[in-house]
Amino acid sequence: MTLKIIVKGKAKGKIMKSNTPINFLGAVDKKTGIIRDNNHDMFQKSLKDVILVFPHGIGSSVGAYTIYSLKSNDSAPAAMICAKADLSVVSGCAMANIPLVLASQDDYDSLIDGKEVTLDTEADKIL
Amino acid sequence: MELTKDEEAALKGESGETLQLAYRILVATGEATNAEKLVPIKWAHVSGVNYNTIGDAGEEFLSHLSNDAKVKVKTTVNPMGYDIDNVSNYNLDEEFIKKQESIRKSYERMGITPSFSCIPYEIFDLPEKDTQVSFAETNAAIYVNSISNLKTNKESAFSALASALTGKSPYSDLRKDLVPPNLTIRMKLDNPNELDLGMLGFFAGKIADSSVRISGLNKMDRRSCKSLCGGMGTSGRCGKFILENNDENSEKVDFDKEEKQKVYDELNTTDSSDLITLGSPQLGLEELSDLTSMLKGKSFKKRCMIFCPRAIQNQALKLGYTNELKRAGCEILSDCCTCLTPLIDKKNIDGVTTNSIKGAYYLKNSNGVDVNLKPLSKIVAEETK
Repeated sequence: MTLKIIVKGKAKGKIMKSNTPINFLGAVDKKTGIIRDNNHDMFQKSLKDVILVFPHGIGSSVGAYTIYSLKSNDSAPAAMICAKADLSVVSGCAMANIPLVLASQDDYDSLIDGKEVTLDTEADKIL
Repeated sequence: MELTKDEEAALKGESGETLQLAYRILVATGEATNAEKLVPIKWAHVSGVNYNTIGDAGEEFLSHLSNDAKVKVKTTVNPMGYDIDNVSNYNLDEEFIKKQESIRKSYERMGITPSFSCIPYEIFDLPEKDTQVSFAETNAAIYVNSISNLKTNKESAFSALASALTGKSPYSDLRKDLVPPNLTIRMKLDNPNELDLGMLGFFAGKIADSSVRISGLNKMDRRSCKSLCGGMGTSGRCGKFILENNDENSEKVDFDKEEKQKVYDELNTTDSSDLITLGSPQLGLEELSDLTSMLKGKSFKKRCMIFCPRAIQNQALKLGYTNELKRAGCEILSDCCTCLTPLIDKKNIDGVTTNSIKGAYYLKNSNGVDVNLKPLSKIVAEETK
């Protein structure tokens, strides 16, 4: 795998994958981690403890605080995997110590929704 | 990313916890955007001021941080949740006000300029062309990159705060102008109004990468331009547009009536409303002057909230606009804006009429109220008597 490690760490969980970008401030409830944007294909799903796989963050710069709040409220994803970088997601994960990697498009495409995986940035692997 | 000896030491914690955190954020954002180094910046504009957006976790973080953190460069800040001068009219709970005041005090302890505005480009003197700055608020980042010839990443609340505390930011691609945009949006609407431009921005943001070219659009007034930046910042990760009709060597996508209708259908959720809001981005002096002229002899049939920076309201008062706008039924609010203000709540508001695409997205998703989209000319024509 070609992973670019942005925030180090190890995490285990079920992949929740969407091919729709996420505006954390608008689309995610910062207390519960539930997607509240009815135009998003993960509408009403919870981000808590999942390995969140999505193309990239979009929109508000304050989305970084949403990610930090999710962690404080124990509703955060266990890790995030994106195809492209957005500074709200990057800095939010860095602040909240949520492991974050950028995957090459091929590797990103190979990640399957619902699969149980372990992300280990030290070993550079998603198993 | 290459760090200097001092930066490396700060990252290890040798200059204290605050700077260690700041450098940790700068290194993560730098690595993610292929920056090879950090560069000095002259001005940071920080978001994450409204208690409604950052919550208890944010309030506690800032309170702790401000015990020893001090900004190193000029730092302006985004709007907060309300206008302290008239918050008592809005039945807001005491707890919100207590937390919001704590956030305001934390930022002030760090030495920021208390601007509470999302249009810093319209109320402060701008530095010379190509100056490196660090702007979080998305409409402002896009505006200064595209219109004011300054250089910024599309920063986040934390990356801009880290820049404020260190005076530095990653030297990412968007700061360098090396790569021309690989996508051109061809504007196919004739005589677009500011709502059309907001929808164009929203459309472009969805499909553009970090920058985009827009053709077929040569002149825009400030209102339209702010609307475009607001829409683009809401839907994407794009931090810059270039207005240029030469679209060689790029993919081309048309923004026509059909695409406009799709954006409208996504964000317009009702035909009725009990409130009008103007602002997001906040209105500047020109816009208040225009509005005053448009409202001569008229008054609104329903409540109308107008959001503008404190500095603009003070000027408007001297010029007589404020009195005239109040006469027409406007509630004028400073230090806050449409987006995520707790003053607009689904408990007492069903629908809001606005010309702001950015406002529409957050009203619908964050405040949970329905939205009715209209350009300003139509708002004045249909909603006044």
